[in-house]
Amino acid sequence: MRDLPLLSTSTATNLAMEEVPALTPAALRQHLLDAVTAGDRLVSLFGTPTDDDGTPCLAVLASDRDATLTVGRAVITGAWPAMAQTCDQAQLFERELAEQAGVNVTDHPHLTPVRHEIAWGAPRPAAASRTPGVAAYHRIEGDEVHEVAVGPVHAGVIDPAHFRFQCHGERMLSVEMGHGYQHRGVEAALIGGPDRKTVPLFGTLCGDTTVGHTIAGCEALEALGSVIVPPRGQALRALALELERLANHVGDLGALSGDIGYQRTAASCGRLRGGFLNATAVLNGSRLGRGFIRPGGVRHDVTADHVAAIAHLMHDLSPQVADAARAFLDSAGVRGRLEGVGVLTTKDARALGVVGVPARASGLRLDARRDRPTGAYLTLDVPAATTTDGDAYSRALVRWHEIQASVHLVHHLLTTLPDGPTRANADAPLRPNAITTTCVEGWRGELWHTAITGPDGTLARYKVVDPSFHNWPGLMRALRDEAISDFPLCNKSSSLSYESHVDDPVPGGTATASRGVSRATPPRRRRLPTRLRRLRRGVPHRRRRRPPRNAPA
Amino acid sequence: VCPTDAVVARPGTLQLDLGRCLFCGDCEQACPTAALTFTQDHQLATSDRQALAQHSGDVAPLVATLAQEMRRTFGRSLKLRQVSAGGCAGCEAEVNALNNTTYDLSRFGIQLVASPRHADGLVITGPVTENMRLALEKTYAALPTPKLAIAVGACAISGGLYANLPETHSGAASVVPVDLFVPGCPPHPITMLDGLLRWLGKLPTKAPAGR
Repeated sequence: MRDLPLLSTSTATNLAMEEVPALTPAALRQHLLDAVTAGDRLVSLFGTPTDDDGTPCLAVLASDRDATLTVGRAVITGAWPAMAQTCDQAQLFERELAEQAGVNVTDHPHLTPVRHEIAWGAPRPAAASRTPGVAAYHRIEGDEVHEVAVGPVHAGVIDPAHFRFQCHGERMLSVEMGHGYQHRGVEAALIGGPDRKTVPLFGTLCGDTTVGHTIAGCEALEALGSVIVPPRGQALRALALELERLANHVGDLGALSGDIGYQRTAASCGRLRGGFLNATAVLNGSRLGRGFIRPGGVRHDVTADHVAAIAHLMHDLSPQVADAARAFLDSAGVRGRLEGVGVLTTKDARALGVVGVPARASGLRLDARRDRPTGAYLTLDVPAATTTDGDAYSRALVRWHEIQASVHLVHHLLTTLPDGPTRANADAPLRPNAITTTCVEGWRGELWHTAITGPDGTLARYKVVDPSFHNWPGLMRALRDEAISDFPLCNKSSSLSYESHVDDPVPGGTATASRGVSRATPPRRRRLPTRLRRLRRGVPHRRRRRPPRNAPA
Repeated sequence: VCPTDAVVARPGTLQLDLGRCLFCGDCEQACPTAALTFTQDHQLATSDRQALAQHSGDVAPLVATLAQEMRRTFGRSLKLRQVSAGGCAGCEAEVNALNNTTYDLSRFGIQLVASPRHADGLVITGPVTENMRLALEKTYAALPTPKLAIAVGACAISGGLYANLPETHSGAASVVPVDLFVPGCPPHPITMLDGLLRWLGKLPTKAPAGR
């Protein structure tokens, strides 16, 4: 066992701030580096801007062996030598520390702003002073190297972001992404809460993850207020979360299908996605589940008619989804197009701290519903859908397996819905000078929220880390040496949030992570053979697969 | 109670600004006299920002059709470019849904195109963040005239939850002139479709009986 100077805890536990060990910055830094080397993941590292000299910073590490967390804090004065020199997971967090909290980060391999935000509390700067697309992007020089700049206004209906591709012919040598167009200042707006805006702000952190982020935020408030959600409320939350996962996974399979010109599944999934959104709307009228989750539980109870309506929709939709997904995944043309493209190796995925679907597609068995269950998931059996190839096809396959698992979970939840109240009283004040961290497996991956209260029991700092924060660097790594024409399908197979994900929460990937592309990366172009049998390992609800249509009889 | 101050009690009446409303339902649950109820009415869009602020008992006005000249120009073919000006991507998702086979926007001669140079109007979502302001201005400038702008969602109409934050502006109208407002958080695709079709004169602007 390692000697732990940091405090070991678990998600959704409230701790008095003084219980969190206060270390010197050097000791905190060393501990974080040792822990990440030993296999822990850095899931949060942030500072709180103050007027004083020192910046209080807090770090949260997740250990996946025993599903614990370790937390530690330090007041950083003076320089903070970048961990990113050796620790890939830290690079975005440290850029954020410098930008958001004003920490003097030194020796960082690529210290540029993540979101181009204004210092907290400062007045809005003069017009035209901030354009994320004009910044110090990583650049490769050479006679035959050309740069492609895209965004923030794209061709599709999609969030704004800026991409810089460094290309040699068709080959992408590196990609860097500029975030911050969607930076609205949610974390700053949450300070002083909870108030009437707090929960709606959770819900708009990222529109397609409304349910996930609202649950994570409400669990944080409930942990700090010692509120216990009644079983029926927990089950309805899980139901909404699984419907959100279904809608988005189905939509993403369709979008990926559209990107490679396979219209049959693109058209079907576009329509079927709407069916799952409509099932969510049965719960409370909003297709995205806005306003459904509230501290203490959920706002509306459902009647037997509602349950029957959702069950009917599911019964209608699931065979159609199966049809569309199988046609897509079994098509020789689709497999030829997706296999071996945009490979993220297990090693890279682990080093970058990738989570969610891309992590599982690269062989990391991470799913907060299994690893750190809360609420209804404590009693649900969630299979981990993993594959090991790490390519675009694997990411599609993982989505399909999760769709099947979610269909079963929804069915189970609908048929075993407990009786009783749906919401507990959550009006009690929050515990003062306390901290809690929550983790919810949204459809995109782990959503980490950390809340710190001040002496008066209001929120003094709120930190959101969206899965895209970890996964953009993973995607940028997977894109290296791919053809620029494959960008859309690599991008879509990862399906990350641009902003939002980034607003506050997020984002920002950079192709040049800590190991800059400038150190020539050897071309890495491997065609991985399809190994269906291996893909099946660890996959839920085994079914006999139809052989590809063109297989010899 | 209201997170966006959309509901204001005035003596003897309630004022509800649909341009700010998130349709979250907190007011419905909190109201002791059940003065507010949410309905399934989808005919919410309007071409007049002021008309979105209603007093209890008012009948929501429907969208006024475009001037005849504009209708002659755009009535049979309207090409739109979407700009996400810093929202949460909820409205973008519902705009995207207009293209699927359920709503099938293109059968009405309306299409979302890839470049502002090919477009007749903008569909703007999001409160317009400071970081996105310049891009929105440039995109609007790139449209050939005559041009239109449509604000979709509470953020784009009024700033929504993000009104008056240091990092955001208060909706699309603070940057470009807006011709059509579609309220919601996000609006249902049917609400958008209804607004667009009435605007282009493809659906009657007279309220149906019983409304």
